Amino acid sequence: MRFERRDHPSRGLTLAAPLVAILAALLGAGVLIAIAGANPLEAYRLILKGALGSRLGFSEMLTRATPLILTGLAAAVAFRARLWNIGGEGQFYMGALAVAAFGMIPAIAALPAPLAILFCLIAGAVAGMVLLLLPLGLRLKFGVDEVVTTLLLNFVAVLFVSLMIEGPMKDPLAFGWPQSVPVPDSALLPKLLERTRLHAGLVIAVVMAVTVWWIQSRTVFGMRARAAGLNPRAASFAGVPLGRTLIMVACLSGGMAGLAGAIEVMGVKGYVSTDLSPNYGYSGIIIAMLANLSALGVIAAALFSAVMFVGADSMSRALGIPSYIADVTVALSLLTMLVAIFLTQYRIRK
Amino acid sequence: MTRVLELDGITKRFGAVTANEDVSLHLDRGEIVALLGENGAGKTTLMSILFGHYTADEGTVKVEGAELPPGKSRAAIKAGVGMVHQHFALAPNLTVLDNVMTGTESLWKLRSDRRAGRKRLVELSERFGLKVDPDARVSDLSVGECQRVEILKALYNDARILILDEPTAVLTAQEAEGLFATLKDMAAKGLSLIFISHKLGEVMSASDRVVVLRRGKVVAERRTAETSKEELAELMVGRAVKRPERPPATPGAVLLEAVDLSLGGRGGASLKSVNFRLHANETLGVIGVSGNGQTTLAGVVSGLHAPDAGALLVEGQEVTRFDVPHAIASGIGRIPEDRNAEGSIGDMATWENAVLERIWSPEFSKGGVVKRGAARAETQAIIDTYDVRGASIDGRIRLLSGGNMQKLILGRVLNAGPKILVAAQPSRGLDEGAIAGVHERLLEARGRGAGVLLISEDLDEVMALSDRICAIVNGRLSPAIPAEKANSQLLGLMMAGDWSAAEKIEGDNAL
Repeated sequence: MRFERRDHPSRGLTLAAPLVAILAALLGAGVLIAIAGANPLEAYRLILKGALGSRLGFSEMLTRATPLILTGLAAAVAFRARLWNIGGEGQFYMGALAVAAFGMIPAIAALPAPLAILFCLIAGAVAGMVLLLLPLGLRLKFGVDEVVTTLLLNFVAVLFVSLMIEGPMKDPLAFGWPQSVPVPDSALLPKLLERTRLHAGLVIAVVMAVTVWWIQSRTVFGMRARAAGLNPRAASFAGVPLGRTLIMVACLSGGMAGLAGAIEVMGVKGYVSTDLSPNYGYSGIIIAMLANLSALGVIAAALFSAVMFVGADSMSRALGIPSYIADVTVALSLLTMLVAIFLTQYRIRK
Repeated sequence: MTRVLELDGITKRFGAVTANEDVSLHLDRGEIVALLGENGAGKTTLMSILFGHYTADEGTVKVEGAELPPGKSRAAIKAGVGMVHQHFALAPNLTVLDNVMTGTESLWKLRSDRRAGRKRLVELSERFGLKVDPDARVSDLSVGECQRVEILKALYNDARILILDEPTAVLTAQEAEGLFATLKDMAAKGLSLIFISHKLGEVMSASDRVVVLRRGKVVAERRTAETSKEELAELMVGRAVKRPERPPATPGAVLLEAVDLSLGGRGGASLKSVNFRLHANETLGVIGVSGNGQTTLAGVVSGLHAPDAGALLVEGQEVTRFDVPHAIASGIGRIPEDRNAEGSIGDMATWENAVLERIWSPEFSKGGVVKRGAARAETQAIIDTYDVRGASIDGRIRLLSGGNMQKLILGRVLNAGPKILVAAQPSRGLDEGAIAGVHERLLEARGRGAGVLLISEDLDEVMALSDRICAIVNGRLSPAIPAEKANSQLLGLMMAGDWSAAEKIEGDNAL
C-alpha cells in the first residue's frame, strides 16, 4: 500500500472531509458510550437536545462557543504561517487579567459603557499579543523553538494570574476566595438574550472570524503570511519580509486569544479566577485543526465542540455517563479530521 | 553475450496517465546501456518498476533468466540489482561504513561484524577505483563522494546490475568525467550498467547502446557507435530541435556595475572584491563550478543580501537599499537558481505565484488590499503570452512541469519589462525543447535592450548565449573574455583559477 499525492483535491472532497471525520468520531465515541452501558443513539439525541433543544441550552451553547471561536482563530492564524502558537491558554488568561487590571483604574471605570468596553477589549488583545511576541522574539533572534516557549508560558501566565489575584488584585469582598476585583459595570458586555448568559461577545467573535478571513484572503499581508508559512525561502526571494510578517501574524494570533479572555471576563464571569478557562486555549488548537485552519470554518468547528460540551453535560445527568465523553468525542474528531485531511490530499494505492 | 536483464512488455498507468507502454529492454553482461529521454518520458518509472518500487500493470522483469516477483525491492537486491538514486538515500550523521552496512545484517544479530564489513568495503573500493574513507561522516563528503558511497552500497549488496538515475545531475563536469571512467572500468570487470540521462553528450561518450524513450514508449534503440547527437536529439524530442542562435548586437550604456563587491562569512560562497560591468543589449556569462559564490552574486544583485563592502551601481546610481522590492523597482528581473525551492510556492495558486514578488506595487494592491482582478488578468496574460501549458489561474503551481514552471517565472519577470535580467541556472534540469524556449526568451530580452547577467554551470549554454564570459572561482570573478575567443579549454582553465590567458585577451582587447 502506498500513498500518492492527488493532483487536484476536489472541492467536494475538501468540504465533505470534516463531516465524514465528525461522523467517524461519533461512531468511535458511540462504541465507548455502548461500553458504558447506554444506547449511543439515545445519548447523541440527548446531547443534541441538551445543546439545541431549549432556549437555555442553546444560549449556553453559544456562550460556550464564543471564546472557542476566538481561540480557534488564534491558532488558525498562527498555524497558517507556521508559527506554532501553543500558548493560547496563557494569552487568554493575560487578556482576562488585563481587563481586570484596567477596570481597577478609576478613570476607565468612569467612562461611558461603549468606551470602557472598547478600551478593555483593546487592553485584553494587547496583553495577549505581548505574551506571544515574547517567544516570537526569541525565535527570530536566537532560533528558540516557539512550541516549547509558548507552551511553557501558559503555566507562567496562569501562575502570574494566581499571584495577582491572591495579591494586589485580590477582591476584598470575596470572602477569601482567590478572585480578582470585579470588572466595573461600565465595562460589562450587554446581554444578547434576557435571562441567559449569552452576551455581545458572540457578535464580536463572529465579526472577528469574518475579518480574519478577509485579511487572509484579500490583503497583501494575508498573502505574504501564507507564503511565509508554506515556503519561507521562496517567500523571501519574492521579497516577503519574514520577520515583520511573523510579528504581524503573532499580533493577530495573540490578540485573538487575549480578546477571548477579555470577552469571557466582560461577558460571563465579571472577574478573573484561575478556573476562568476550561482549557479554551488548548481547545482552540483542536478547533483550528478541525476547521482545516480556515477562519470561517473555525465558527463551525467551535459550534460543534460547544454542542458536544454543553450537550454532554445534560446527557450525562440523564444517562449517568461521564461527561468526559465530550472530551473524547472532540479529541477523536481531531484525529479523524487529521486522517480525513490527509486523504483529501493523497489517495491510497495498492 | 549473456543476457543478464530482460524487461518484457512493461506497461504502467497512473490514473489516466500512461507512464510506460509496452516497454521492452534488455541488458547484456559487461554492457553500458543509456536510457535516454526527456523529463516525463517514463525513464524513472521504468527503473522503479525494475527495482520493485512500483508494480507494473503488465509485463515481466527477468534477471539472469529468473522472473522477479513484482513490487519487491528486496527480491531485486537479492537478484543482484543495485540502484543509485538521483537523490541520495544516505544517512548524513553516520559514517560511510555504517551507511554501506545498513540493511545488510539481520536486525536480530546482536553484534555487527564491522571488521569484515570494513575489509569488504575497502576491497571493493580498491577494485573499482572508488576512493572513499570508510570512517568519514557522510555529511562531510562532497556530492561526488556521496555518489561513490551509493555505488559502493550497491556493490556491497553483490549488485551485478547497476542502475544509475541521472547520475551526473548533481556532479561537476570533472566529477562526471571521473564517474564515467569508473563506470567503464566496472563494465570491463563484468558488471552490467544502465544509466538514465537526458544529456546527449554523456550518452554519446559513455554508453555502448542507447534506448530512447519518448512518452512512455521505446522509440528507438541504437548502438552508440552507429548514431549521432543530432539523431538522438531528434529521436528524444520527436522533432528536430535547434537551440536559437545569438544574433550580433552592439552593447549600449552600462546598466549594472559592481565595484569591489565583497560579502564574507558565507564560507565557499563568499564574494571577494568582484568587479564587472553589464551593458545594455549584452549578455555577460558567469561560468563556474557550483559553490564558488555565484549564488551569492545572484543574491546580491537580486536584493536578497547586502554586500559587506563595495558598491553596486544600477544605471550609475549606487544601490543603497538591498531588498527585493527596491531591486525590482529599479528594473532588475530575477530568475532564481532553484525553481521549486526559491522560485515558486507549490501550494499557492498560479496567480499568487505570478504576482507575489510585485504585490507591493500599486499595479497589484492598493492600501494593503490585493487587486485580485488585476493580478488574475496579469496571470492570464503571462499564461497566454509565454505558453505556460497546464496552468490555470487558480490551480496550484505544484502541478506544473519544470519547463512550464520556468515559462511562468520567465513570464512574470519579463512581463514587467526589466532593464537588467539576472538569470541563475535558467535551464537547469530542463529538457531540450524547454531549454531552447528559455534561450529564445533570454535572447529576446537582450534584443530589446536589456542587459542579461547569465550565471550558469553549463558551458554550452554560456558559450551560446553570452557576448562576454567570465569565470567565478572561490568568490573571485575572472576578467571577461569575448565569446568569440572562448573555447572549452580556455573556459576550463578559467574555472580552475588560471586566468593568465584571459587576462592577456582582456589586455589585447583594451588596446
